[in-house]
Amino acid sequence: MAQLAAAPPTHVEEHTTSTGLNNRKVLMWAFLGSDCMFFGSLIIAFLVYRGKWVGHPNPQDVFDIPYTSVSAFALLMSSLAMVLALAAIQRGDVRRLKIWLLTVAGLGLVFIGGQIYEFTSFGAEGLNLATNTGGTTFFVLTGFHGTHVSLGIAWLLSLFVLASQGKITQARSLDVEIAGLYWHFVDIVWIIIFTVVYLIPV
Amino acid sequence: MSAHAVPHTVEHHPGAKEYIAIGTALTVITALEVTVYYVHAVRPVLPPILIALSALKFALVVMFYMHLKFDNRMFTGMFLFGLATAAFTAIAFLALFGFVRVAGA
Repeated sequence: MAQLAAAPPTHVEEHTTSTGLNNRKVLMWAFLGSDCMFFGSLIIAFLVYRGKWVGHPNPQDVFDIPYTSVSAFALLMSSLAMVLALAAIQRGDVRRLKIWLLTVAGLGLVFIGGQIYEFTSFGAEGLNLATNTGGTTFFVLTGFHGTHVSLGIAWLLSLFVLASQGKITQARSLDVEIAGLYWHFVDIVWIIIFTVVYLIPV
Repeated sequence: MSAHAVPHTVEHHPGAKEYIAIGTALTVITALEVTVYYVHAVRPVLPPILIALSALKFALVVMFYMHLKFDNRMFTGMFLFGLATAAFTAIAFLALFGFVRVAGA
């Protein structure tokens, strides 16, 4: 057991592991599995109280489906940009990587901006965290999602800075891939939220 | 314990054209979801239609954008474990609160 007689890794990515898989990638997938349970619990909380809201307004009173569809579309397209960023760095194209990373971050900011405007308008119409269980469960769920998106944007911008400094190369494409996994997860959570919270009528 | 190098587990990467095709499909499905929302004739069956469409989008992103289709099965297992736990918990709570009828309950 003490004899991990591997040659010293010639590259930072070439760790020898008992699974044959990169440990950071395993960690990210394990985290995403746990985050499924996290968002699942928040979605369940929203569903359990759905239709039992007391008082007005409740979430369905204030939703603007066309508006939210646009922000959902922006997040979907950010996933496309993310995977194109990964494809670029896997080809060794750092310039395109930077362009696509900025695109992803930009679309993410469009989404967050849309959320901020939406939440502000909901507040103006009288729906906030304390209005009723609908407001509480809605804002906690979408608030946590928005936080995830915001952290993702910060991560992507940090990758952009690193790429600008020449520290993201084809050999380090796993750094972008792991960030991409997180970003796509944030997108698929919104796919579920958009359908379950916004579209499916009470 | 013998050490071994990290194998190249990814057998195939889709190219930009495939990614754009999937992005187009995701856009079309989203447009379909929103359109169906406004069609009053399908209101009685709207929830299963929307769930099916969003499940399709979910699968496309997970399988192709997250490369789960082409990657090691261990990643699939990790992700599906969390997803399945969340799904079963959801069913249990919805049954507990009377939204879902469980056989024998």
